[in-house]
Amino acid sequence: MFEKIWNNHVIVAEQGKPSILYIDLHLVHEVTSPQAFEGLRLSGRKVRRPELTFATMDHNVPTKDRFNISDPISKQQVDTLTTNCQEFGVKLYDLNTIDQGVVHVMGPELGLTHPGKTIVCGDSHTSTHGAFGALAFGIGTSEVEHVLATQCLQQSKAKTMIIRFNGKRKPGITAKDMILGLIAKYGTDFGTGYVMEYTGEAIRTLTMEERMTVCNMSIEAGARAGLIAPDETTFEYLRGREYAPQGAAFDAAVEQWKALVTDEGAEFDSVIDFDVDSLIPQVTWGTSPGMGTGITSTVPVPENLPTENERKAAASALEYMDLKPGTPMTDIEIDYVFIGSCTNGRIEDLRAAASVARGHKVSSNVTAIVVPGSGRVKIQAEKEGLDKVFTEAGFEWREAGCSMCLAMNPDVLKPGQRCASTSNRNFEGRQGRGGRTHLVSPEMAAAAAVQGRFVDVRTWDFKSEVKA
Amino acid sequence: MEAFVKLNGLVAPVDRVNVDTDAIIPKQFLKRIERSGFGQFLFFEWRWDEQGNVIPEFNLNKPRYQGASVLISRANFGCGSSREHAPWAIMDYGFRCIIAPSFADIFYNNCFKNGILPIKLSEEQVDDLFKRTEAKEGYTLNVDLENKVITDNDGLNIAFDLDEHRRQFLLQGLDDIGLTLQHESAITAYETKRAAAANA
Ligand code: SF4
Repeated sequence: MFEKIWNNHVIVAEQGKPSILYIDLHLVHEVTSPQAFEGLRLSGRKVRRPELTFATMDHNVPTKDRFNISDPISKQQVDTLTTNCQEFGVKLYDLNTIDQGVVHVMGPELGLTHPGKTIVCGDSHTSTHGAFGALAFGIGTSEVEHVLATQCLQQSKAKTMIIRFNGKRKPGITAKDMILGLIAKYGTDFGTGYVMEYTGEAIRTLTMEERMTVCNMSIEAGARAGLIAPDETTFEYLRGREYAPQGAAFDAAVEQWKALVTDEGAEFDSVIDFDVDSLIPQVTWGTSPGMGTGITSTVPVPENLPTENERKAAASALEYMDLKPGTPMTDIEIDYVFIGSCTNGRIEDLRAAASVARGHKVSSNVTAIVVPGSGRVKIQAEKEGLDKVFTEAGFEWREAGCSMCLAMNPDVLKPGQRCASTSNRNFEGRQGRGGRTHLVSPEMAAAAAVQGRFVDVRTWDFKSEVKA
Repeated sequence: MEAFVKLNGLVAPVDRVNVDTDAIIPKQFLKRIERSGFGQFLFFEWRWDEQGNVIPEFNLNKPRYQGASVLISRANFGCGSSREHAPWAIMDYGFRCIIAPSFADIFYNNCFKNGILPIKLSEEQVDDLFKRTEAKEGYTLNVDLENKVITDNDGLNIAFDLDEHRRQFLLQGLDDIGLTLQHESAITAYETKRAAAANA
């Protein structure tokens, strides 16, 4: 599949040089774009295809009083994006539109993300869009400028890896657990230099939103991009969306999309089989997404790890996380819960978290916030009454944005605070200096909020079903 | 872009695996809209504590490593966010060359766009460099991109590998966008062909 998309987009391929690859969709946000627009200005260049370029603001926006950005530098960055989009004729979904949101939530929602497209954004989690069978990857600011100016990128072809998620998920096991489990087993750099394609029975039964969760974290395995072959689930998701083809054009597009699927017997540079049957809910204990384990397990003992580098890394992570080796994961107490981000800030994630929270109360020691991934997710959730479920349980209901996923806005952990987070990175200081992040699924995060510590959501007392 | 041909520079070690771009340049410094001035914030949370005091144990704070232009570190350097602020900060601080057993893709790519040479060596070779650096105050390396070798004054001589296109790119300090625009007619032809196919 990678091969097919690649070949459809290569314009120039010369021996010994990176190929020139055409880009179908370029998403832009406020943090990684100012220097790129500035570069265009300095060299007197224009945006080649403004109609293939879409912008939003997400990283800096406050989730409480969103029009009042108190940090002057944040405000400048947001304002700079507005002026740049006006000057260069780029469509911007700003804070006044319901479509504003985390760039990787917004794109698919608008139907901008299609199978077979090449999609880039100055953001590493662009891999999310691979869930549709699009070749989507993150780029740096120089490359953002490059795409703005030429609608192309110079790229060397990646190697291919296939990851087969075999078996069936047990109740309580989410897409987040699948990807966290995979990275816990194989580490954070096994995908470096590769485009990964996820297949297998357990992938085919995932909804689009769940597939996005899996592809989102491909970058946490080091991969350039993650891909899932499009199928009926993909087509149904896209049907009728604003930027999806409409009517007969849609049916024609579906025929083309079907042809993208990897051929039987295609060869890959690397193959991984991952068993989903025995997977249990995952929690990270360290400062890299690969430092994770099952909820029924314990914090590892660094001395028992196989290599010197792993022992050193684990010891330093445990010191930062203030965890004792051998502690059961269910004994770890938390201060904060963040539900949101481009990994788990979609409507299904909020439904899942709400189904756990319903009828319970957030522990008195815990601050818990729910941040919808976009304006549309927020409105949908409110229609379904999920906001009520959350607020009655003691969660704060916020406005859309990246929020505490990287804490560039006012939502920041204090030093030493421990957070159960549905985001994708648990690096030191990611959610605030000295803050300690544990990555989990939305269900696990909601349960942890209630108990004040991690619990195995498979044993949860669901008070009632939430209507889907 | 500034070309990179040869470098003779003091070596500074950051002995960690998975050095992520959040650590290289924390997000509170990503709000600027310029490319310059990020060096002062490089490894911010490792250089200063919460009260703003210098953390003396961190290598870059030690007098012996001041003025270093070669950074050595461990596997998966530059993982995490795609922020180009990371190479900007590294460059602005004064580093022109990073040596590690492996780099994350986006970061690796971003280095070349900014005139930084990332060199991949084996775990053993990097380990050896760590030992040499620690053993000798003022330890310097000669990095010769023309011939793809690293030498020191004690007889070390390591050949390194680099994609030929990337090597030329750095040696000549080329402008990427300019290179692509040389293919303007091919791009336009592609766009025309695609538009025709879509309307067929
Ligand atoms: S939600 Fe987090 S990971 Fe996603 S784009 Fe925003 S900051 Fe990046």
